[in-house]
Formats: sequence, structure tokens, C-alpha cells
Amino acid sequence: MIRVVLPAHLRALARIDGEVQLDVAGKVTQCSVLDALEERYPMLRGTIRDHNRGPRRAFIRFFACEQDLSHEDPDIPLPGPVAAGAEPYLIVGAMAGG
Amino acid sequence: MSGVRVLVGTRKGAFVMTSDGKRDEWDISGPHFAGWEIYHIKGSPADPQRLYASQCSGWSGQVIQRSDDGGVTWKPVGNEFAYDGTPGTHQWYDGTPHPWEFERVWHLEPSLDDPDTLYAGVEDAGLFRSTDGGQQWQELPALRGHKSGPSWQPGAGGMCLHTIILDPARPGRMYAAISAAGAFRSDDAGETWRPINHGLQSEGIPDPDAEVGHCVHRIAMHPSRPGVLFMQKHWDVMRTDDAGETWHEVSGNLPTDFGFPIDVHAHEPDTVYVVPITSDAEHFPPEGKLRVYRSRTGGDEWEPLTNGLPQEHCYVNVLRDAMAVDALEQCGVYFGTTGGQVYASADAGDSWAPIVRDLPAVLSVEVQTLP
Repeated sequence: MIRVVLPAHLRALARIDGEVQLDVAGKVTQCSVLDALEERYPMLRGTIRDHNRGPRRAFIRFFACEQDLSHEDPDIPLPGPVAAGAEPYLIVGAMAGG
Repeated sequence: MSGVRVLVGTRKGAFVMTSDGKRDEWDISGPHFAGWEIYHIKGSPADPQRLYASQCSGWSGQVIQRSDDGGVTWKPVGNEFAYDGTPGTHQWYDGTPHPWEFERVWHLEPSLDDPDTLYAGVEDAGLFRSTDGGQQWQELPALRGHKSGPSWQPGAGGMCLHTIILDPARPGRMYAAISAAGAFRSDDAGETWRPINHGLQSEGIPDPDAEVGHCVHRIAMHPSRPGVLFMQKHWDVMRTDDAGETWHEVSGNLPTDFGFPIDVHAHEPDTVYVVPITSDAEHFPPEGKLRVYRSRTGGDEWEPLTNGLPQEHCYVNVLRDAMAVDALEQCGVYFGTTGGQVYASADAGDSWAPIVRDLPAVLSVEVQTLP
């Protein structure tokens, strides 16, 4: 089970309370996590990355395990603690936004 | 007694305000979509319970919301606005070529007779249509693809398509206005377009009376006389009597002819409202006095309307989509300010009172007249 934390404005849009828990089949990558997230919450399509697995929106950042993953290849595996559900994958609105 | 529903978009959410025909007591709901910019909300003329809202943020881009119960509940619909083909370039602020990039939806214009059909005017300027209640959007590419497209440039607010007017008497005829390109007309439901800017004069472009390049801020039409249009340009208030073929200036005795919104009385096609703003640099009313100006002669002769509006130390702006009229017997007029006030007049502008005073900056105001 992958844990995902969304910023407040996207939790409101998708009507989510707290963390999201996702089953991700196969390799756990940023791309596969976002695929699963958008599958469950279609209204999030286009709000985190562009449509059709496009690039990350400029004012959205991805963090996990105290690392900034925003510029990592979206198809490489996420850190082990995220894949194991011990640590959440954080989708964050950039400090400059809002 | 019939009533009204005022739909207000702000920098940080949407508000829905309802009243009976007296329009002196208001129920206010909101903020809906708190924290998001709401550029525009508009109801379907064919089904007043069907509303559409353009919701966006710098973080997460564009969302379109739809309500089927008059704004009590909402659900997100489609938000994919993909330009047709490979977009070319337009002029950037400095005159260099810049690729077309979707930024946001400025204006939503529901069809006059089908609640599931609506148009969206977007930044960078383009026109989209949905025929399934906002789920899917397709560009009408002939407008952006007009041969003048590479010469269009942004106004201070961005290169936005902000005005869409559907002609109720001639199916297929529609108008669009773009800042800063000008006004355009289609007579075949958006399949082809041509500029309609003859008579406009603008500083800030190399050829002041060029066919394209004018910073049109807003156009208004009375449905009973669709060939007559009124325009608030960057500077100048203009009028056409031949569906845009030629324009002439009707600024007359206005204290300044710079401004953003313009609207027409619901029952008097020659009664027009504007809000003069000092200048392109000073986006606030002259002398710190918030005055709506009304012409009852179709322009040229204007009277200030001040009763109930602040007449000292007022330095707000009224943006282009932030004025509307209702269709009750005694026409109501509404506008919102960048200071967060929404003012209403239940007597065609003779007197005003705030519905609310302290909202986030108001981006748009629409009103529905309810049975």
C-alpha cells in the first residue's frame, strides 16, 4: 500500500480527508503512483502533471524520505520505505504558489 | 415574486448571492472552491439550474466545475484544453515570437438553447466548445488560426479571449474579443472568422487604425438589437450599428474613456453603463470617486451615478467581466470591485448598496433572473 499526501487545495478538489492509500501494481515509481492516483480520482488529472502523463506542473513538487524527487526520472523506483508504505509520497504546492 | 441569483468569482473562491425581487436582503453562500481563482461563473439561459465555473490556480492549473442545482452542489468536469494541431506563435510583450500556451479559462458562455453546450474563451487566446456539459473540449481553431494570429500580443492581464457573444436572432453568428488583438465575428458558428475593428484607433501599436492589434476590453449587446454593439476599449468607448463593420466613438462627456466593463440595460437598448477608470497606469476611479456612468442615448451623453457609492478615498478597479444586469421589471445592475465589494442597484443605477463589502478581489459578476 502506497501512502500519498496531497496539498489541501487538491484534497478539497477530490474530497479527500487525510492520506490516500493506493495499491500500485508492478514497479512503484512516481509515474505509476500518479497513474493510480488519477485513476481513482479523475478530477486530479491535469492538476499535478499535464494530461496524458505529461510533465509535472511547475508549481508542484514531489518529496519523500526528506528528499526532493521533483527532478528525478518519473520511471525509476521510489525509495524502499515509500514502496513499503512506511513513508508517504508527498505532493506539495511550491512555496511560491498560492 | 421572482428573484435573482448573483454569481461572483473572486481571487480566492466563488460566492452565490440570492434575493427576491426587492433585492434588498441577500442570502450568501461561499466561498465555493476556497483558495482558487474563479475567473467566471455563468448559468445556462436554457436551464437556470445549470451553472459552469472556471476555477484555476498557479499550483494546479485549470478546473471546470458544473452545478445542476443552481450552485448548491458542484462537480468537476473536463479540464483538458488542447489546442488543435501544432500551435504556432504570437507576439510576446517585447514583440518577439512566443509559442501559444494554455494558461486558463477567462470566460464561459453557455449556449442560448442547450444546457450541455458552452464556449470557453481562454488565455493564450483561443476558443473552445463543449457539447457534453463540459466533459470534453474541442478548439474552434479558425479563430486562433486567423492569418493575423502571429501578430496578436498580450495585454496587461495576459493574451486572453474574454468576450463571447452569441447572436440570438441569427443562429451561427457570434462575436469574440481578444486583448490585444481586437474584435472578431463569425457568421458560421465559428468555422471562419474575420476581424471587425474598422474605426478603432489605438496608441501603442505601430499603425493606430490597423485591422488587428487593438486592446478591446469588453463588448456588450442588447438581445433585441443584436446588430448594435457597445465596446469599452483600452481607451475609448465605441459603438457599431452594423454588427461590427464600422465603429464610432461615443465617449462623449465621460471624465475618462479608459475602463473595463460595459453593459446594456435589460429593457432599454440605448441605456449603457460603464465605469470610468483614470488611466492605463492608474487603475482606479478619477478623484477617488467610484462612479458608474449611464448613457440613455446610446452613448455620447453620460451621467454619473453616485448615490450609495463611495465618493472619496476609493481606489478600487472594476474588471471587465465584473458587471451584469438582471431582467426584472425594474432593471437591476451589479458590479464587483478589486476591493471585494459587490454593489447592487435595484433601480437601474439611480441608487446603490453593497451586497457584501469584504470579499477577495472580484474577478467576475453574473446575474440570473429567476422565475
